Amino acid sequence: MTVLVLTLIVLAGSYVAGLIGSLTGLGGGVVIIPLLTLLLNVNIHYAIGASLVSVIATSSGSAAAYVKEGITNIRLGMFLEIATTIGAMAGAMLALHIQTSVIAIAFGVILIFSAFMSLRKKNEQINTQKSEWAEKFKLNSQYPTAQGKVDYGVVNIGGGFAMMAFAGVISGLLGIGSGALKVIAMDGIMRIPFKVSTTTSNFMIGVTAAASAVVYLQRGYIDPGLSMPVVLGVLLGALTGSKILVHSQSSQWLRWIFAVIVTFLASQMIYNGINHKI
Amino acid sequence: MASKKNATDVDIQHIIGWILRVGVISSMLIVFIGGCLYLYRHGHEQVHYTDFVGVPGFVHSASGIINGILTWRGRAIIQAGIILLIATPVIRIIFSAVGFVLEKDWLYTGITLLVLAIILASALTGNAG
Repeated sequence: MTVLVLTLIVLAGSYVAGLIGSLTGLGGGVVIIPLLTLLLNVNIHYAIGASLVSVIATSSGSAAAYVKEGITNIRLGMFLEIATTIGAMAGAMLALHIQTSVIAIAFGVILIFSAFMSLRKKNEQINTQKSEWAEKFKLNSQYPTAQGKVDYGVVNIGGGFAMMAFAGVISGLLGIGSGALKVIAMDGIMRIPFKVSTTTSNFMIGVTAAASAVVYLQRGYIDPGLSMPVVLGVLLGALTGSKILVHSQSSQWLRWIFAVIVTFLASQMIYNGINHKI
Repeated sequence: MASKKNATDVDIQHIIGWILRVGVISSMLIVFIGGCLYLYRHGHEQVHYTDFVGVPGFVHSASGIINGILTWRGRAIIQAGIILLIATPVIRIIFSAVGFVLEKDWLYTGITLLVLAIILASALTGNAG
């Protein structure tokens, strides 16, 4: 295959990955890595490097919009970034030492998990309970809703922090944003309103990815020729997705179709990993 | 209680939003320009991404990339754009730190600098381990 043909295929595939990733809230990375490794036979290290770069682009691009709306809890994001960056650094170092087949299996498992997380019903919870540590770290805040500003409290700081460190390791190891894990930490463990969780998670993903990208860059995982169509395609796809989202409610059937596709891709990754084909 | 949002907080949020947007747009433009040059020069060559061999030497060091940019090598320009993109969230952190200093929020100035230190440590030890 020539460079030109590969670039065009990857560009188109990345656009679709970015579009779907944005519509389902999973992020483009989870689709682009199976596309590159399974279909185009690209080495998983290059695929992870290119995906990580696209994660920074989409996260920074959409965070710019959310920060302006004032939903993002910047203090909470900063505080938890201590955990995610340490985790990401550890994950990137780990990726240098473990077999690619193990990375492929881990990727498949996280992929299936993320897909089913995206199917969950999202109930906007408002927790007014405030823990001592949240008070100390000024994490309790308020966010704008249709009914005006609403106050919320944050609990279980230790548990959330630990989960964030794990999300960081996964992000550094697999080259994805691991937004699903970040949302579990905030929405599930720390009982933060869902909208605040997702936007703050998005805000943090870029910084987390940057912490492992600096390692990947020096190790030669980020190939410019391959990363170029991936990052441009995913970003354009995500932009299109965000435009569609503004105009329509994200539909449940789309999430279901996507969950099925993702599960199929994930099982292929696991299968190839077990047979050492990746 | 962080329930009050004062003027500096809102200003900093605007600056952060602006930095992120400018960083993404300019890096993508650089990547696009580099990509066009790369395709023009190497579009008809065969690809080889199946085995991991790292990246070409001239995009693996700062001096190589600068030389590459000066001689209009597409991949060097793309890599420069990617490095700018990776730097965007890091620059965002620096501005967050400035914002917390202006608010005299020393706790969060410290937390922000700690995150910055972790990323720097990651960058400096990237070749080790």
